[in-house]
Amino acid sequence: MKGLTKDRLWAIAVLTPSLILLAIFVYGFIGRTVYVSFTDWGNDPAQALALEPIIRWVGLANYQELFSGFLQGRFRQEMVSTVFFTVFFILGCLGLGLGLALALDRNPKGEALWRTIFLFPMSLSFIVTGTIWRWMLQPQGGVNQFPTAVGAPASTFGWLSSTDSIWKFDWNLLPIITAVVVAIVMGVVAYRAYASGQRTRMLVAAASAAVLLLWAIFIAPNLKMLPAPELHGFNLALIGIIIAAVWQMSGYTMALYLAGLRGIPEELREAARVDGANEIDMYRRVVFPLLSPITLSAMIILGHISLKIFDLVYAMAGPDNTFTSVPALNMYLTSFRQNQFALGAAIGTILLILVAFIIVPYLSSQFRTEESH
Amino acid sequence: MTTTIPSAATAKPPATAPRKSIGRPGLYIVLVVAALFFLLPIYLLFATALKSPDAINLATTWRWPAALNWASFSEAWAKIGGNLGNSLFLAVVATLLAAMLGSLNGYALAKWKFRGANTVFALMLFGMFIPYQAVLIPLFQFIKALGLYGTIWGLILAHVVYGLPITTLIFRNFYADVPDALVEAATIDGAGFWQIYRRVIFPISIPGFVVVIIWEFTQVWNEFLFAATLTNTDAQPVTYALSQLSGGQAVSWNLPMAGAILAALPTLLVYILLGRYFVRGLLAGSVKG
Repeated sequence: MKGLTKDRLWAIAVLTPSLILLAIFVYGFIGRTVYVSFTDWGNDPAQALALEPIIRWVGLANYQELFSGFLQGRFRQEMVSTVFFTVFFILGCLGLGLGLALALDRNPKGEALWRTIFLFPMSLSFIVTGTIWRWMLQPQGGVNQFPTAVGAPASTFGWLSSTDSIWKFDWNLLPIITAVVVAIVMGVVAYRAYASGQRTRMLVAAASAAVLLLWAIFIAPNLKMLPAPELHGFNLALIGIIIAAVWQMSGYTMALYLAGLRGIPEELREAARVDGANEIDMYRRVVFPLLSPITLSAMIILGHISLKIFDLVYAMAGPDNTFTSVPALNMYLTSFRQNQFALGAAIGTILLILVAFIIVPYLSSQFRTEESH
Repeated sequence: MTTTIPSAATAKPPATAPRKSIGRPGLYIVLVVAALFFLLPIYLLFATALKSPDAINLATTWRWPAALNWASFSEAWAKIGGNLGNSLFLAVVATLLAAMLGSLNGYALAKWKFRGANTVFALMLFGMFIPYQAVLIPLFQFIKALGLYGTIWGLILAHVVYGLPITTLIFRNFYADVPDALVEAATIDGAGFWQIYRRVIFPISIPGFVVVIIWEFTQVWNEFLFAATLTNTDAQPVTYALSQLSGGQAVSWNLPMAGAILAALPTLLVYILLGRYFVRGLLAGSVKG
């Protein structure tokens, strides 16, 4: 098909309303949120809901407040919580989903029924899931009663009320930790580039790794974000919420993996067996490598869901439990309960940046492969 | 897609003889244990919803009620019945609008490729992944400025717009599988953009519509953030009402459990009756389609 025919103009005309709407609702609103995050709108409660609020530009002050302000310790704990939540949620969903898919791939009787059972939580809302699991995880009932089935005393674990945390670290060390982690990643990139003979890439990666390491060793220790050490770790009360989230979403990874497994031609497996591979080798050398694109795409989808999850937390632990809170919940409370719009907008912007780190490379790689077809 | 992988290519040998390393009993034990994990919460949900409030005791959480008490359901209905109605109206209207627009967009993008179509599409798709917290404040202001704050229509507008990326994606992938020859033949017969849509594309779109409608209905029904931000008491959807129902400390648990069943029933029924299409929407959400 060539040129701008009348029909092609119709196609553009049909798309235009949607594009305008999305331009406003996605890009325009993101721009507006970022702008608001640079102002002081709502920091003075009297101005928050005024008809003509006086809004001043304050630059990065809101971000500075979130990362190092005395009052915003809750936000910093939430940043740490959301990272732990994301890691365990993804691992849980991938592990359980892959296990279930491998089991169903062995053609058990009643496969459709099993699949239905494993997938049905997907159709529920996080609010429903949260309501049910909140009851499951009551301190003196539900899951804590399990040990009594074998005569043991009931467990006393405070699933949603625990205030303990493990793997604590000082928030002041965050810049150093970040620099070292990024330096290690750059080091790996440099090594890979070296192995595949890409000289420029190797030099750039190695140089940035070195700069980061030098910065971490010589400059960063003198920087103090906070006057006193502030410890953040993995709050144990999150475990219950992670289990509920895995309960809801692992069916999704199962469906993805099952589709992938069914797409592997039987001849490939046969060929591996003919070559003398045993069942375990066959999975390790043939099946799992073929599934790795699915793992990547599941990780990206689950990761972005995890970063913005908050309704599950809201329903399970309530909005005011700081030990289970996440930035997405804090944004809602800060903006619409406390009317601190600028601070809320800053949290929203930080969430967007985190999600964009995951999604933008994914979308662009998807479209690159598609265009090369 | 689980259910649509062509069976000819992956035809399994009828006997499972070569795949016996775990052994069949082991396989079924694994499946039963996993099924317990998925079903126990549902057992507890029904057991609690059917207990009378004074029979709910933390030590006997797991026991099936001696006498079934259906009153919790009517009590829950009295509290959230109106919200269920709101959700139904919201989900039906928003889904139909988003599906219709998505179908036209998908058709335009798949069959009338213009320069930059893929870039435009990628920019659209980003809207599917943004955390809505990043647009919530301007969205709230915008809906308020339109005079739609607190009404279902403001919520419908938000759901239609943010539903467009996924509905467009699913339809675009669906129409990509429709042979171009079909469109070209119609062009040679003198049919234009709209005639081809009406006579050729729309009639074969039913499976696409089923997938999109089921997926979008479920999403809108289950959504919470917009529900909590853009509406007030009168127009509140059921997810928000349910969160309030179970939030209080003094509430006995039979009520939120019965409410959870009522709130879950529509999407659960859709899933059980049309699960295959639900899974297709699910897999399409991972972009590859």
